[in-house]
Amino acid sequence: MKPSLSVIFFTVSSGAGFGLMALLALADVLQWGGGLSDGAIVGVGLIALVLVTAGLLSSMLHLANPKNAWRSFSRFKSSWLSREGVFAVAFYPFALGYLLLAYLGVAGAPRAIAGVGTIALAWITLYCTGMIYASLKPIPQWHTPLVPIAYFVLGHYSGALLLFAVLVYGGQGAPVYLYSVLTWLALAAAVKAIYYAWMRRPGVGATINTATGISRARVRLLDVGHSHGTFLTNEFGFILARKHAVLGKVLVFVVGFVVPLGALLLAPQIVVTALFAAVAATVGLIVERWFFFAEARHVVRLYHGL
Amino acid sequence: MKLGLVIDLDTCVGCHACAVACKEWNNSSSVSGPLSDYQPYGKAPSGVWFNRIRHYEIGEYPTNKTLNMPMSCMHCEDAECVTVCPTGASYKRPEDGIVLIDQDKCMGCNLCSWACPYGARELDQDSGTMKKCTLCVDRIYDLELPVEERQPACVLACPTHARMFGDLDDPDSEVSKTVRERNGFGLMPELGYKPVNQYLPIREVKPVPAHTAAPLLIEGVKQFTNRIINR
Ligand code: SF4
Ligand code: SF4
Repeated sequence: MKPSLSVIFFTVSSGAGFGLMALLALADVLQWGGGLSDGAIVGVGLIALVLVTAGLLSSMLHLANPKNAWRSFSRFKSSWLSREGVFAVAFYPFALGYLLLAYLGVAGAPRAIAGVGTIALAWITLYCTGMIYASLKPIPQWHTPLVPIAYFVLGHYSGALLLFAVLVYGGQGAPVYLYSVLTWLALAAAVKAIYYAWMRRPGVGATINTATGISRARVRLLDVGHSHGTFLTNEFGFILARKHAVLGKVLVFVVGFVVPLGALLLAPQIVVTALFAAVAATVGLIVERWFFFAEARHVVRLYHGL
Repeated sequence: MKLGLVIDLDTCVGCHACAVACKEWNNSSSVSGPLSDYQPYGKAPSGVWFNRIRHYEIGEYPTNKTLNMPMSCMHCEDAECVTVCPTGASYKRPEDGIVLIDQDKCMGCNLCSWACPYGARELDQDSGTMKKCTLCVDRIYDLELPVEERQPACVLACPTHARMFGDLDDPDSEVSKTVRERNGFGLMPELGYKPVNQYLPIREVKPVPAHTAAPLLIEGVKQFTNRIINR
């Protein structure tokens, strides 16, 4: 699949935003490390909303006919993309209400309810985004429960890192937030490792024989029938060299996981290292997203001899 | 009803007449037209087509064959392209199973083209909307046309009659009978889309010896002298 920058930015940015918001509200509701100051909650919450909003707006850039985007809420019953849109919009009143209560210093049940609603909607939206990809049968590399799980975990990993970095900056970086980062980092690395191992053989898939219905002989493309590129070759014909695929995985692990881990273990409570870890992880996740697209092979490629 | 096409891979000669007729008819159709072209007279001409023909070689020399494979929307029974569409632009008509895209509703997100295994959907860059085969819905029900012309443009254009159109739900229809007799099949059944369009396989024929052993030298001399004498 052709890696599209607007979709890469959308998934990384809003993934981090939803993860950040969910962990922030979770920390507040469960009073992790004695809880956060209301000022910190509002500050971090606004960062999360900016990330979510920037991501969602960027996903609009990818539409060829954005004037009809409002219609995308209409197929909630069948379409994961529609569900994602509905839940992402439903997330806003809860998140804004929750931040308003924190801003006003209201504690107790109303804030807890708004907080839990925020967490639930952030989680559901993340799951829906993952399912948009996982529901596509013609793309074997995506048609697996590992995809929504990885998207969920990676969003929380980058969210946890951002939360920690901002808290360290504000002098509130209690150890529990560092442990949260390390837990999500371990989960993220584990899920990606499983995914990459699985992707070497993503199930029994279609071949050029099942695609053409010629099951008893070798089939080889003679001519694609068009002289220059088509929508199909442009969208699905992207070819990634094998050595680049390996390089990509190494990059994801080194920049996305090993470097942030090193920085955090060396000097967790220093603003610069915490921020550095967050930036490195974000770069790692952008690379991860790019290869997520680049390595996905749509079955229509079979008809093109690819 | 399950309207669809049956394509005879045995008789298709790969001339692209169906694709051209399709482009011509649908370009001026109000259902999904026009089918935009990009740089039609430029260096890299490209554009939207509902039907594409690809050419393959099957088997090994000397028993290899050419396979010409026209493909357009299969009007699948389990059309995931419709399921994933968030706007409701893509829909499957309950009365005849034709899968269509409402051009006024599509937002050009491309998701349906990702969900289609057969490459049947192409985004029109000029309109920003997704387009695909309509099974010539604006021909097949047109009472102004003579009955024999109420068929998709591709079917009428095919010079070898490799394309048939009909109701694959009706076991007694010509198309259903032909599919039964000739062991018709759908493409990539393992994905579970249940494509309505069916393909008829290439007929089995005895392999023709492609070359004979080189004549003996003495035979060659005999033929040569015969030729000289005959002159
Ligand atoms: S061939 Fe593709 S576009 Fe046509 S109904 Fe099937 S999935 Fe949809
Ligand atoms: S491109 Fe149009 S028809 Fe296809 S899924 Fe998106 S809105 Fe629906």
